[in-house]
Amino acid sequence: MGNIFDILGPVMVGPSSSHTAGAARIGLIARQLFGRQPEKATVYLHGSFAATGKGHGTDKALIGGLLGMKPDDMRIPDSFNVAKDEGMEFVIENKDFKEAHPNTARIYMEAEGIPSMWVQAYSIGGGRIRVCKLDGIDVNFSGESNTLIIRNVDEPGRVKDVSVALSDAQINIATMQLFRDKKGGIAVMVVEIDEVIPQEVIDNLVGKPGIIRVKFLSSN
Amino acid sequence: MSYQSMEEAYERCERDSLEFWKAVQLEDAHERGVSEEDSWNQMKYMWQAMLDGLDAYEPDLMSRSGLVGTEGAKMDAYRKSAEPLCGDYIAKVISNALKMGCNNACMKRIVAAPTAGACGVLPAVLVTYYREFEVSEEKMIEAMYVAAGVGQIIANRAYLAGASGGCQAEIGSGSGMAAAAICHVRGGETEQLGHACAMALKNLMGLVCDPVAGLVEVPCVKRNVVGAVNALSAADMALAGIVSQIPVDQVIDAMKEVGDKMDVTLRETALGGVAMSPRGQEVSEELNA
Repeated sequence: MGNIFDILGPVMVGPSSSHTAGAARIGLIARQLFGRQPEKATVYLHGSFAATGKGHGTDKALIGGLLGMKPDDMRIPDSFNVAKDEGMEFVIENKDFKEAHPNTARIYMEAEGIPSMWVQAYSIGGGRIRVCKLDGIDVNFSGESNTLIIRNVDEPGRVKDVSVALSDAQINIATMQLFRDKKGGIAVMVVEIDEVIPQEVIDNLVGKPGIIRVKFLSSN
Repeated sequence: MSYQSMEEAYERCERDSLEFWKAVQLEDAHERGVSEEDSWNQMKYMWQAMLDGLDAYEPDLMSRSGLVGTEGAKMDAYRKSAEPLCGDYIAKVISNALKMGCNNACMKRIVAAPTAGACGVLPAVLVTYYREFEVSEEKMIEAMYVAAGVGQIIANRAYLAGASGGCQAEIGSGSGMAAAAICHVRGGETEQLGHACAMALKNLMGLVCDPVAGLVEVPCVKRNVVGAVNALSAADMALAGIVSQIPVDQVIDAMKEVGDKMDVTLRETALGGVAMSPRGQEVSEELNA
Protein backbone atom coordinates (compact mmCIF):
# COMPACT_ATOMS: atom_id res chain seq x y z
CA MET A 1 0.00 0.00 0.00
CA GLY A 2 1.21 3.50 -0.82
CA ASN A 3 1.66 6.56 1.38
CA ILE A 4 -0.95 9.12 2.54
CA PHE A 5 -0.59 11.07 -0.71
CA ASP A 6 -1.88 8.04 -2.60
CA ILE A 7 -5.00 8.43 -0.40
CA LEU A 8 -5.23 12.24 -0.70
CA GLY A 9 -4.05 12.63 -4.25
CA PRO A 10 -2.95 12.63 -6.93
CA VAL A 11 -3.81 16.14 -8.10
CA MET A 12 -5.03 15.29 -11.58
CA VAL A 13 -7.23 16.23 -14.50
CA GLY A 14 -10.47 14.21 -14.22
CA PRO A 15 -12.46 12.09 -14.55
CA SER A 16 -10.70 8.85 -13.65
CA SER A 17 -7.43 8.02 -11.89
CA SER A 18 -7.12 4.77 -13.87
CA HIS A 19 -8.51 5.89 -17.25
CA THR A 20 -7.25 9.50 -17.32
CA ALA A 21 -4.35 10.08 -14.89
CA GLY A 22 -2.94 6.59 -15.55
CA ALA A 23 -3.32 7.05 -19.31
CA ALA A 24 -1.43 10.37 -19.22
CA ARG A 25 1.33 8.66 -17.29
CA ILE A 26 1.54 5.83 -19.82
CA GLY A 27 1.99 8.40 -22.60
CA LEU A 28 4.58 10.32 -20.59
CA ILE A 29 6.64 7.21 -19.74
CA ALA A 30 6.47 6.07 -23.39
CA ARG A 31 7.83 9.48 -24.44
CA GLN A 32 10.63 9.27 -21.87
CA LEU A 33 11.54 5.76 -23.03
CA PHE A 34 11.60 6.95 -26.65
CA GLY A 35 13.82 9.84 -25.58
CA ARG A 36 12.00 12.64 -27.36
CA GLN A 37 8.60 13.72 -28.66
CA PRO A 38 7.55 11.35 -31.46
CA GLU A 39 6.77 12.80 -34.88
CA LYS A 40 4.20 10.08 -35.38
CA ALA A 41 2.41 7.96 -32.81
CA THR A 42 -0.01 5.06 -33.25
CA VAL A 43 -1.98 4.24 -30.12
CA TYR A 44 -3.97 1.04 -29.59
CA LEU A 45 -6.54 0.82 -26.80
CA HIS A 46 -7.53 -2.54 -25.34
CA GLY A 47 -10.33 -3.73 -23.04
CA SER A 48 -11.92 -1.13 -20.80
CA PHE A 49 -9.66 1.55 -22.32
CA ALA A 50 -11.27 0.74 -25.67
CA ALA A 51 -14.81 0.41 -24.29
CA THR A 52 -15.01 3.52 -22.08
CA GLY A 53 -11.85 5.40 -23.05
CA LYS A 54 -13.57 8.12 -25.03
CA GLY A 55 -15.89 9.11 -22.19
CA HIS A 56 -12.96 9.14 -19.77
CA GLY A 57 -10.68 11.17 -22.02
CA THR A 58 -8.21 8.26 -22.15
CA ASP A 59 -7.35 9.17 -25.74
CA LYS A 60 -6.66 12.83 -24.91
CA ALA A 61 -4.64 11.85 -21.83
CA LEU A 62 -2.44 9.41 -23.75
CA ILE A 63 -1.70 12.00 -26.43
CA GLY A 64 -1.12 14.62 -23.72
CA GLY A 65 1.42 12.32 -22.08
CA LEU A 66 3.21 11.82 -25.39
CA LEU A 67 3.41 15.62 -25.62
CA GLY A 68 5.08 15.73 -22.20
CA MET A 69 2.01 16.62 -20.12
CA LYS A 70 1.80 15.30 -16.55
CA PRO A 71 -1.55 13.99 -15.17
CA ASP A 72 -2.39 17.41 -13.64
CA ASP A 73 -1.72 19.38 -16.84
CA MET A 74 -4.76 21.51 -17.70
CA ARG A 75 -3.94 21.23 -21.41
CA ILE A 76 -4.89 17.52 -21.47
CA PRO A 77 -8.49 18.14 -22.66
CA ASP A 78 -7.01 20.18 -25.54
CA SER A 79 -4.14 17.78 -26.30
CA PHE A 80 -5.33 16.92 -29.83
CA ASN A 81 -4.99 20.57 -30.83
CA VAL A 82 -1.63 20.89 -29.08
CA ALA A 83 -0.42 17.85 -31.07
CA LYS A 84 -1.50 19.58 -34.27
CA ASP A 85 0.31 22.80 -33.30
CA GLU A 86 3.47 20.90 -32.43
CA GLY A 87 3.36 18.74 -35.54
CA MET A 88 2.88 15.38 -33.85
CA GLU A 89 0.75 13.11 -36.05
CA PHE A 90 -1.27 10.44 -34.27
CA VAL A 91 -3.74 7.64 -34.91
CA ILE A 92 -5.85 6.01 -32.17
CA GLU A 93 -7.53 2.64 -32.72
CA ASN A 94 -9.16 -0.05 -30.63
CA LYS A 95 -7.44 -3.42 -30.71
CA ASP A 96 -7.81 -6.61 -28.72
CA PHE A 97 -4.62 -7.96 -27.16
CA LYS A 98 -5.05 -11.50 -25.88
CA GLU A 99 -4.72 -11.87 -22.10
CA ALA A 100 -3.80 -8.23 -21.59
CA HIS A 101 -4.91 -6.26 -18.48
CA PRO A 102 -8.28 -4.50 -19.14
CA ASN A 103 -6.68 -1.03 -18.98
CA THR A 104 -3.97 -1.55 -21.58
CA ALA A 105 -2.52 0.76 -24.23
CA ARG A 106 0.18 0.00 -26.78
CA ILE A 107 2.00 2.94 -28.38
CA TYR A 108 4.17 2.88 -31.51
CA MET A 109 6.48 5.90 -31.81
CA GLU A 110 8.46 7.17 -34.79
CA ALA A 111 10.80 10.10 -35.40
CA GLU A 112 13.36 10.80 -38.07
CA GLY A 113 16.92 9.76 -37.29
CA ILE A 114 16.18 7.36 -34.42
CA PRO A 115 14.86 3.78 -34.37
CA SER A 116 11.10 3.36 -33.91
CA MET A 117 9.89 1.92 -30.63
CA TRP A 118 6.77 0.47 -29.11
CA VAL A 119 5.69 0.32 -25.50
CA GLN A 120 2.80 -1.54 -23.91
CA ALA A 121 1.59 -0.56 -20.45
CA TYR A 122 -1.48 -0.84 -18.26
CA SER A 123 -3.10 1.31 -15.60
CA ILE A 124 -3.64 -0.26 -12.17
CA GLY A 125 -5.67 2.55 -10.51
CA GLY A 126 -4.79 5.58 -8.40
CA GLY A 127 -2.87 7.00 -11.36
CA ARG A 128 -0.26 4.25 -11.15
CA ILE A 129 0.86 2.15 -14.11
CA ARG A 130 3.09 -0.72 -15.13
CA VAL A 131 5.06 -1.03 -18.36
CA CYS A 132 4.82 -4.63 -19.56
CA LYS A 133 6.34 -4.72 -23.07
CA LEU A 134 9.17 -2.87 -24.77
CA ASP A 135 9.55 -3.61 -28.50
CA GLY A 136 8.03 -7.05 -27.94
CA ILE A 137 10.18 -7.96 -24.95
CA ASP A 138 8.28 -8.64 -21.71
CA VAL A 139 9.28 -6.21 -18.97
CA ASN A 140 7.75 -5.14 -15.66
CA PHE A 141 8.32 -1.73 -14.07
CA SER A 142 6.33 1.25 -12.80
CA GLY A 143 8.64 4.21 -13.36
CA GLU A 144 7.84 5.40 -9.81
CA SER A 145 11.46 4.97 -8.71
CA ASN A 146 14.54 6.26 -10.50
CA THR A 147 14.82 3.63 -13.22
CA LEU A 148 17.55 2.86 -15.69
CA ILE A 149 16.44 0.94 -18.79
CA ILE A 150 19.23 -0.59 -20.85
CA ARG A 151 18.88 -2.44 -24.13
CA ASN A 152 21.85 -4.66 -24.87
CA VAL A 153 23.02 -7.70 -26.80
CA ASP A 154 22.34 -10.87 -24.80
CA GLU A 155 25.94 -11.91 -24.15
CA PRO A 156 28.25 -12.40 -21.14
CA GLY A 157 29.64 -9.33 -19.37
CA ARG A 158 26.92 -6.75 -20.05
CA VAL A 159 25.37 -6.97 -16.57
CA LYS A 160 28.87 -6.68 -15.08
CA ASP A 161 29.58 -3.54 -17.16
CA VAL A 162 26.45 -1.86 -15.87
CA SER A 163 26.89 -2.86 -12.23
CA VAL A 164 30.54 -1.75 -12.25
CA ALA A 165 29.64 1.59 -13.84
CA LEU A 166 26.98 2.17 -11.17
CA SER A 167 29.17 1.09 -8.27
CA ASP A 168 32.03 3.29 -9.51
CA ALA A 169 29.61 6.22 -9.38
CA GLN A 170 28.56 5.25 -5.81
CA ILE A 171 25.03 4.46 -6.97
CA ASN A 172 23.12 1.81 -5.03
CA ILE A 173 21.02 -0.69 -6.99
CA ALA A 174 17.64 -1.21 -5.30
CA THR A 175 16.29 -3.85 -7.71
CA MET A 176 17.50 -5.31 -10.99
CA GLN A 177 15.53 -7.33 -13.53
CA LEU A 178 16.71 -9.00 -16.72
CA PHE A 179 14.60 -9.82 -19.77
CA ARG A 180 15.44 -11.03 -23.29
CA ASP A 181 13.64 -11.97 -26.49
CA LYS A 182 15.78 -15.07 -27.14
CA LYS A 183 19.17 -16.54 -26.27
CA GLY A 184 21.87 -14.38 -27.84
CA GLY A 185 19.19 -11.91 -28.98
CA ILE A 186 18.21 -8.56 -27.50
CA ALA A 187 18.08 -8.19 -23.73
CA VAL A 188 16.63 -5.49 -21.48
CA MET A 189 17.94 -4.60 -18.03
CA VAL A 190 15.60 -2.70 -15.71
CA VAL A 191 17.57 -1.25 -12.81
CA GLU A 192 15.84 0.68 -10.04
CA ILE A 193 18.24 2.88 -8.12
CA ASP A 194 18.05 5.13 -5.06
CA GLU A 195 19.92 8.10 -6.52
CA VAL A 196 19.59 10.24 -9.63
CA ILE A 197 22.20 9.10 -12.13
CA PRO A 198 24.68 11.70 -13.48
CA GLN A 199 24.59 12.22 -17.26
CA GLU A 200 28.26 11.23 -17.65
CA VAL A 201 27.53 7.77 -16.25
CA ILE A 202 24.81 7.34 -18.88
CA ASP A 203 27.10 8.64 -21.65
CA ASN A 204 29.81 6.27 -20.50
CA LEU A 205 27.40 3.30 -20.66
CA VAL A 206 26.18 4.24 -24.13
CA GLY A 207 29.74 3.96 -25.46
CA LYS A 208 30.29 0.40 -24.21
CA PRO A 209 30.26 -2.55 -26.64
CA GLY A 210 27.00 -4.51 -26.77
CA ILE A 211 24.97 -1.68 -25.19
CA ILE A 212 22.31 -0.55 -27.66
CA ARG A 213 20.27 2.09 -25.84
CA VAL A 214 20.20 3.59 -22.36
CA LYS A 215 17.29 5.55 -20.92
CA PHE A 216 16.91 7.02 -17.47
CA LEU A 217 13.48 7.67 -15.95
CA SER A 218 13.66 10.06 -13.00
CA SER A 219 11.07 9.52 -10.27
CA ASN A 220 10.48 13.27 -10.20
CA MET B 1 4.60 0.93 8.46
CA SER B 2 1.41 2.97 8.50
CA TYR B 3 -1.33 2.36 11.08
CA GLN B 4 -3.23 -0.88 10.55
CA SER B 5 -6.11 0.15 12.81
CA MET B 6 -7.60 3.18 14.53
CA GLU B 7 -6.93 1.29 17.77
CA GLU B 8 -3.20 1.29 16.99
CA ALA B 9 -3.34 5.01 16.17
CA TYR B 10 -5.20 5.74 19.45
CA GLU B 11 -2.47 3.91 21.37
CA ARG B 12 0.24 5.95 19.70
CA CYS B 13 -1.62 9.19 20.45
CA GLU B 14 -2.08 8.15 24.09
CA ARG B 15 1.51 6.95 24.55
CA ASP B 16 3.20 9.98 23.00
CA SER B 17 0.53 12.57 23.92
CA LEU B 18 -0.16 13.39 20.28
CA GLU B 19 -3.21 14.60 18.44
CA PHE B 20 -4.33 12.15 15.75
CA TRP B 21 -3.29 14.42 12.86
CA LYS B 22 0.21 14.73 14.30
CA ALA B 23 0.54 10.96 14.64
CA VAL B 24 -0.35 10.66 10.94
CA GLN B 25 2.14 13.35 9.94
CA LEU B 26 4.99 11.80 11.96
CA GLU B 27 4.30 8.41 10.38
CA ASP B 28 4.29 9.97 6.88
CA ALA B 29 7.60 11.77 7.49
CA HIS B 30 9.10 8.54 8.83
CA GLU B 31 7.74 6.34 6.03
CA ARG B 32 8.81 8.59 3.15
CA GLY B 33 12.06 9.71 4.76
CA VAL B 34 11.15 13.42 4.62
CA SER B 35 11.05 16.19 7.23
CA GLU B 36 7.84 17.13 9.04
CA GLU B 37 8.02 20.45 7.22
CA ASP B 38 8.23 18.77 3.78
CA SER B 39 5.27 16.59 4.67
CA TRP B 40 3.30 19.66 5.80
CA ASN B 41 4.11 21.57 2.61
CA GLN B 42 2.97 18.64 0.49
CA MET B 43 -0.33 18.56 2.39
CA LYS B 44 -0.65 22.33 2.04
CA TYR B 45 -0.26 21.88 -1.71
CA MET B 46 -3.12 19.35 -1.71
CA TRP B 47 -5.30 21.77 0.27
CA GLN B 48 -4.51 24.64 -2.10
CA ALA B 49 -5.32 22.38 -5.07
CA MET B 50 -8.76 21.73 -3.53
CA LEU B 51 -9.43 25.46 -3.08
CA ASP B 52 -8.28 26.23 -6.62
CA GLY B 53 -10.18 23.24 -8.04
CA LEU B 54 -13.47 24.47 -6.60
CA ASP B 55 -12.89 28.02 -7.86
CA ALA B 56 -12.24 26.75 -11.39
CA TYR B 57 -15.85 25.55 -11.81
CA GLU B 58 -17.45 26.82 -15.02
CA PRO B 59 -21.26 27.07 -14.81
CA ASP B 60 -21.89 26.42 -18.51
CA LEU B 61 -19.42 23.62 -19.13
CA MET B 62 -20.83 20.17 -19.93
CA SER B 63 -19.00 16.83 -19.92
CA ARG B 64 -18.12 15.21 -23.25
CA SER B 65 -21.16 12.92 -22.92
CA GLY B 66 -23.47 15.86 -22.16
CA LEU B 67 -24.83 14.12 -19.06
CA VAL B 68 -23.51 16.43 -16.32
CA GLY B 69 -21.89 19.82 -15.79
CA THR B 70 -24.41 22.50 -14.82
CA GLU B 71 -25.71 20.96 -11.57
CA GLY B 72 -23.45 23.10 -9.35
CA ALA B 73 -24.67 26.31 -10.95
CA LYS B 74 -28.33 25.25 -10.69
CA MET B 75 -27.94 24.57 -6.97
CA ASP B 76 -26.27 27.97 -6.49
CA ALA B 77 -29.05 29.78 -8.31
CA TYR B 78 -31.71 27.94 -6.31
CA ARG B 79 -29.97 28.72 -3.01
CA LYS B 80 -29.93 32.41 -3.85
CA SER B 81 -33.50 32.69 -5.11
CA ALA B 82 -35.38 30.35 -2.79
CA GLU B 83 -35.12 29.06 0.76
CA PRO B 84 -33.49 25.62 0.56
CA LEU B 85 -35.05 22.94 2.74
CA CYS B 86 -31.58 22.08 4.05
CA GLY B 87 -30.77 25.68 4.95
CA ASP B 88 -28.21 27.97 3.41
CA TYR B 89 -25.09 26.27 4.78
CA ILE B 90 -25.98 22.72 3.70
CA ALA B 91 -27.12 24.10 0.34
CA LYS B 92 -23.62 25.49 -0.11
CA VAL B 93 -22.13 22.12 0.82
CA ILE B 94 -24.38 20.43 -1.76
CA SER B 95 -23.46 22.98 -4.39
CA ASN B 96 -19.71 22.53 -3.77
CA ALA B 97 -19.95 18.73 -3.87
CA LEU B 98 -21.73 19.00 -7.23
CA LYS B 99 -19.20 21.51 -8.57
CA MET B 100 -16.22 19.27 -7.87
CA GLY B 101 -18.02 16.21 -9.25
CA CYS B 102 -18.82 18.19 -12.41
CA ASN B 103 -15.25 19.50 -12.64
CA ASN B 104 -14.01 15.94 -12.57
CA ALA B 105 -16.41 14.84 -15.30
CA CYS B 106 -15.42 17.89 -17.40
CA MET B 107 -11.70 17.04 -17.26
CA LYS B 108 -10.73 19.85 -14.92
CA ARG B 109 -8.12 19.57 -12.18
CA ILE B 110 -9.20 17.76 -9.00
CA VAL B 111 -7.65 16.05 -5.97
CA ALA B 112 -8.50 12.35 -5.77
CA ALA B 113 -9.79 11.87 -2.20
CA PRO B 114 -9.65 8.94 -2.00
CA THR B 115 -10.61 8.54 -5.67
CA ALA B 116 -11.43 10.87 -8.56
CA GLY B 117 -15.07 9.74 -8.49
CA ALA B 118 -15.36 10.79 -4.83
CA CYS B 119 -13.31 14.00 -5.22
CA GLY B 120 -16.22 16.27 -4.20
CA VAL B 121 -16.86 14.97 -0.69
CA LEU B 122 -13.85 16.33 1.19
CA PRO B 123 -13.78 19.82 -0.41
CA ALA B 124 -17.55 20.17 0.04
CA VAL B 125 -17.11 19.53 3.76
CA LEU B 126 -13.79 21.30 4.40
CA VAL B 127 -13.66 24.19 1.93
CA THR B 128 -17.25 25.24 2.60
CA TYR B 129 -16.52 25.33 6.33
CA TYR B 130 -13.27 27.23 5.82
CA ARG B 131 -15.05 29.92 3.82
CA GLU B 132 -18.04 30.28 6.12
CA PHE B 133 -16.41 30.23 9.56
CA GLU B 134 -13.40 31.86 11.16
CA VAL B 135 -10.81 29.13 11.15
CA SER B 136 -7.10 29.07 10.39
CA GLU B 137 -5.61 27.45 7.32
CA GLU B 138 -3.37 25.41 9.66
CA LYS B 139 -6.43 23.82 11.22
CA MET B 140 -7.71 22.81 7.78
CA ILE B 141 -4.37 21.25 6.86
CA GLU B 142 -4.44 19.31 10.12
CA ALA B 143 -7.90 18.11 9.06
CA MET B 144 -6.45 16.95 5.74
CA TYR B 145 -4.02 14.76 7.72
CA VAL B 146 -6.93 13.36 9.71
CA ALA B 147 -8.73 12.48 6.46
CA ALA B 148 -5.62 10.92 4.93
CA GLY B 149 -4.84 8.91 8.07
CA VAL B 150 -8.35 7.52 8.28
CA GLY B 151 -8.30 6.75 4.55
CA GLN B 152 -5.04 4.89 4.89
CA ILE B 153 -6.44 2.68 7.65
CA ILE B 154 -9.49 1.92 5.45
CA ALA B 155 -7.12 1.07 2.58
CA ASN B 156 -5.07 -1.20 4.86
CA ARG B 157 -8.09 -3.11 6.21
CA ALA B 158 -10.53 -2.93 3.28
CA TYR B 159 -10.33 -1.01 -0.01
CA LEU B 160 -10.94 2.34 -1.69
CA ALA B 161 -11.80 1.32 -5.26
CA GLY B 162 -15.30 0.88 -6.64
CA ALA B 163 -14.08 -2.05 -8.73
CA SER B 164 -13.02 -3.80 -5.50
CA GLY B 165 -15.73 -2.89 -3.00
CA GLY B 166 -18.47 -0.86 -4.69
CA CYS B 167 -19.29 2.81 -4.10
CA GLN B 168 -19.23 2.28 -0.31
CA ALA B 169 -15.45 2.03 -0.76
CA GLU B 170 -15.26 5.33 -2.70
CA ILE B 171 -18.01 7.72 -1.56
CA GLY B 172 -18.39 5.76 1.68
CA SER B 173 -14.69 6.04 2.51
CA GLY B 174 -14.59 9.68 1.38
CA SER B 175 -17.49 10.37 3.71
CA GLY B 176 -15.81 8.59 6.64
CA MET B 177 -12.61 10.56 6.02
CA ALA B 178 -14.50 13.86 5.79
CA ALA B 179 -16.53 13.13 8.93
CA ALA B 180 -13.38 12.56 10.99
CA ALA B 181 -11.69 15.61 9.42
CA ILE B 182 -14.49 18.10 10.16
CA CYS B 183 -14.90 16.60 13.62
CA HIS B 184 -11.25 17.54 14.25
CA VAL B 185 -11.83 21.09 13.01
CA ARG B 186 -14.66 21.44 15.53
CA GLY B 187 -12.45 20.27 18.38
CA GLY B 188 -13.38 16.59 18.53
CA GLU B 189 -11.24 14.28 20.68
CA THR B 190 -9.34 11.46 18.99
CA GLU B 191 -11.97 8.84 19.80
CA GLN B 192 -14.74 11.13 18.56
CA LEU B 193 -13.02 11.22 15.17
CA GLY B 194 -13.28 7.43 15.09
CA HIS B 195 -16.96 7.50 16.03
CA ALA B 196 -17.69 10.09 13.34
CA CYS B 197 -15.93 7.95 10.75
CA ALA B 198 -17.66 4.76 11.92
CA MET B 199 -21.13 6.33 11.73
CA ALA B 200 -20.48 7.79 8.28
CA LEU B 201 -19.25 4.43 6.96
CA LYS B 202 -22.14 2.49 8.47
CA ASN B 203 -24.70 4.82 6.95
CA LEU B 204 -23.39 4.25 3.44
CA MET B 205 -22.55 0.57 3.82
CA GLY B 206 -23.66 -1.55 0.89
CA LEU B 207 -23.69 1.29 -1.62
CA VAL B 208 -23.04 -0.20 -5.07
CA CYS B 209 -20.96 1.18 -7.95
CA ASP B 210 -23.21 1.32 -11.02
CA PRO B 211 -21.94 4.01 -13.41
CA VAL B 212 -24.11 4.60 -16.48
CA ALA B 213 -22.08 3.80 -19.63
CA GLY B 214 -19.10 3.22 -17.34
CA LEU B 215 -18.56 6.97 -16.95
CA VAL B 216 -17.80 8.79 -13.69
CA GLU B 217 -20.93 10.92 -14.11
CA VAL B 218 -24.28 9.24 -13.34
CA PRO B 219 -24.88 8.59 -10.46
CA CYS B 220 -21.36 9.53 -9.26
CA VAL B 221 -21.63 13.34 -9.29
CA LYS B 222 -24.72 13.39 -7.05
CA ARG B 223 -23.36 10.68 -4.76
CA ASN B 224 -20.70 13.19 -3.73
CA VAL B 225 -23.58 15.16 -2.20
CA VAL B 226 -24.77 12.29 -0.03
CA GLY B 227 -21.16 11.62 1.01
CA ALA B 228 -20.69 15.22 2.15
CA VAL B 229 -24.02 15.67 3.92
CA ASN B 230 -23.69 12.26 5.57
CA ALA B 231 -20.23 13.27 6.84
CA LEU B 232 -21.61 16.43 8.45
CA SER B 233 -24.43 14.57 10.20
CA ALA B 234 -22.04 11.87 11.45
CA ALA B 235 -19.61 14.50 12.75
CA ASP B 236 -22.42 16.38 14.50
CA MET B 237 -23.60 13.15 16.14
CA ALA B 238 -20.06 12.38 17.33
CA LEU B 239 -19.63 15.93 18.66
CA ALA B 240 -22.97 15.55 20.48
CA GLY B 241 -21.46 12.62 22.36
CA ILE B 242 -23.27 9.94 20.39
CA VAL B 243 -21.04 6.90 19.94
CA SER B 244 -20.88 4.14 17.36
CA GLN B 245 -21.72 0.98 19.26
CA ILE B 246 -19.53 -0.94 16.80
CA PRO B 247 -15.85 0.14 16.99
CA VAL B 248 -14.61 1.85 13.83
CA ASP B 249 -12.08 -0.89 12.96
CA GLN B 250 -14.85 -3.47 13.07
CA VAL B 251 -17.06 -1.26 10.88
CA ILE B 252 -14.26 -1.08 8.30
CA ASP B 253 -13.89 -4.87 8.42
CA ALA B 254 -17.65 -5.24 7.94
CA MET B 255 -17.47 -2.93 4.93
CA LYS B 256 -14.86 -5.24 3.44
CA GLU B 257 -17.02 -8.27 4.06
CA VAL B 258 -19.98 -6.55 2.35
CA GLY B 259 -17.74 -5.58 -0.58
CA ASP B 260 -16.46 -9.13 -0.94
CA LYS B 261 -20.04 -10.39 -1.09
CA MET B 262 -21.06 -7.75 -3.61
CA ASP B 263 -21.81 -9.15 -7.06
CA VAL B 264 -19.31 -8.18 -9.76
CA THR B 265 -22.13 -6.51 -11.76
CA LEU B 266 -22.31 -3.94 -8.94
CA ARG B 267 -18.62 -3.14 -8.82
CA GLU B 268 -17.85 -0.55 -11.52
CA THR B 269 -18.59 -2.87 -14.44
CA ALA B 270 -21.71 -0.96 -15.56
CA LEU B 271 -23.57 -4.30 -15.66
CA GLY B 272 -26.02 -3.64 -12.82
CA GLY B 273 -27.94 -1.04 -10.82
CA VAL B 274 -28.94 2.18 -12.62
CA ALA B 275 -26.38 1.40 -15.36
CA MET B 276 -28.64 -1.44 -16.49
CA SER B 277 -31.93 0.47 -16.10
CA PRO B 278 -33.70 0.93 -19.46
CA ARG B 279 -32.66 4.61 -19.60
CA GLY B 280 -29.13 3.74 -18.48
CA GLN B 281 -28.79 1.26 -21.34
CA GLU B 282 -30.26 3.75 -23.79
CA VAL B 283 -27.67 6.37 -22.79
CA SER B 284 -24.91 3.83 -23.17
CA GLU B 285 -26.11 2.90 -26.67
CA GLU B 286 -26.43 6.55 -27.71
CA LEU B 287 -22.88 7.28 -26.59
CA ASN B 288 -21.43 4.28 -28.36
CA ALA B 289 -23.33 4.92 -31.59
